[in-house]
Amino acid sequence: MSEKELKETILAVLATIAPEADLSEIDPDELLQDELDVDSIDFSNFVLGLYKKTGIEIPERDYPKILSLNGCVAYLLGKAVAS
Amino acid sequence: MSEFLMPSLGADMDAGTLLEWRIKPGDSVKRGDIVALVDTDKAAIEIEVFEAGKIEKLLIPEGEKVPVGTPLALISPPGEKQAPAELKPTKEEPILEVAPKAVVERPRATPAARKHELELGLELSDIQGTGKHGVITKEDVEHAAASVSVAVKEKEPQIKASPLARRLAKELGIELAAVQGSGPDGAITRADIERAAAVPEKAVKAPPTAKKPAIPKTATADKQAAMRRAIAAAMAKSKREIPHYYLSTHIDMSKALAFLEEENLQRPLPDRLLPAVLLLKASALAIRKVPEMNGFWLDDGFKPSDDIHLGVGISLRGGGLIAPAIHNADKKDLGSLMTDLRDLVARSRSGGLRSSEMTDATITVTNMGDQGIETVYGVIYPPQVALLGFGKITERPWAEAGMVGARPVVHLTLAADHRASDGHRGGLFLAAIERLLQKPEEL
Repeated sequence: MSEKELKETILAVLATIAPEADLSEIDPDELLQDELDVDSIDFSNFVLGLYKKTGIEIPERDYPKILSLNGCVAYLLGKAVAS
Repeated sequence: MSEFLMPSLGADMDAGTLLEWRIKPGDSVKRGDIVALVDTDKAAIEIEVFEAGKIEKLLIPEGEKVPVGTPLALISPPGEKQAPAELKPTKEEPILEVAPKAVVERPRATPAARKHELELGLELSDIQGTGKHGVITKEDVEHAAASVSVAVKEKEPQIKASPLARRLAKELGIELAAVQGSGPDGAITRADIERAAAVPEKAVKAPPTAKKPAIPKTATADKQAAMRRAIAAAMAKSKREIPHYYLSTHIDMSKALAFLEEENLQRPLPDRLLPAVLLLKASALAIRKVPEMNGFWLDDGFKPSDDIHLGVGISLRGGGLIAPAIHNADKKDLGSLMTDLRDLVARSRSGGLRSSEMTDATITVTNMGDQGIETVYGVIYPPQVALLGFGKITERPWAEAGMVGARPVVHLTLAADHRASDGHRGGLFLAAIERLLQKPEEL
């Protein structure tokens, strides 16, 4: 998966947990929790959504790495290359 | 013939807008089927029917707002002959109650057919018997089951959409059916509507010059105001009528969190648990010991509930909150509770909550931990009689056996109705939750 595809995938998953949000207005370096006001259940639905779309299982200890859009892209890109 | 009424989906609802019929005259329905989509001031809710029968007539057109208790449709019970059209409801009929079920004679059927009926979820009274003296045979049941599944397939696909998307689509004059949904289960989201609006041929009424239609702010503001009014009505009633008493306790969460960590190592990602699930399960099990926390204060008396349906407070991002129910939470294992919780939050966001979820909660649990809040002082949602509040799990100094150490601690509060219970019982309730959280492996 290319960086662009990964980003689109992430945005598609975000759209399911925050359907009312305008995703084009997200600051990619800010915390998604603050940008979208997601709670812990939303976040776990986000991680599950990413897993379903990419097959990448994100362990809890890595959650701090995926808290922003750019962080999430970089993390998944690294995982995709590693596998 | 009975009337299907606009249901009350909570103490804060006095009218609803019929957004969409999911059935048409002539359709057969059974208990629990979703027959309509109704917009309350809070959310678009899928309305279930509580009796089996055939839809005779739809009385209210889509788009109309009517008071709670207004007849929406006529349903004839299974087996009843076509009722005469001039049948009028009498004045004595209770308005807010679902019309009583007609007494239907048990149809004659073979034992195998009855067993099959149960397995396939069919109503024997809907089936034409071909056996001796019109007795229903196993083959008849199988035949009926086959035609039901065909009928289900032929039904128009239901359009799933978030409440915001529906509103926006209506304002922009976009047909939901023409929009490709990108949400959960293909639900249509606000972004989908905006995308559709940006494509000229689909945006029937969008001005040709507009590149991206501005979202009309007034409608959103109206909706916000309506939501505030609904919450105001329920909360003012609560504070006016319910003599609240409050109790709180700090709970050491070390054992619960250690159990969770261990458990999550063994669970595949989709089954991983959040601490909230342990708190919900412990609350549900503790209710069994103190039943006066579980039920409704109605007509000057407490009506306990045999079932434990936990209302889960979910804050809506557009503003406001709802507390849909997880049914029979005490009987569900941690994995199913987690799945239910995920599902409930997702559907609160994207639309698809059901009427039973909006009305069945027997007690509410709210968890403000995500906001970093340590303590919740709850307001009971009438006619319920108790509300549990969990704060954030934080590391705190904790003294035990003469030693001070750092432990993860959660502050649990109870707001309870003094008409239904006393502080002593409330205290037992909190103590039971604490005890259960010290033995997480038994949850």
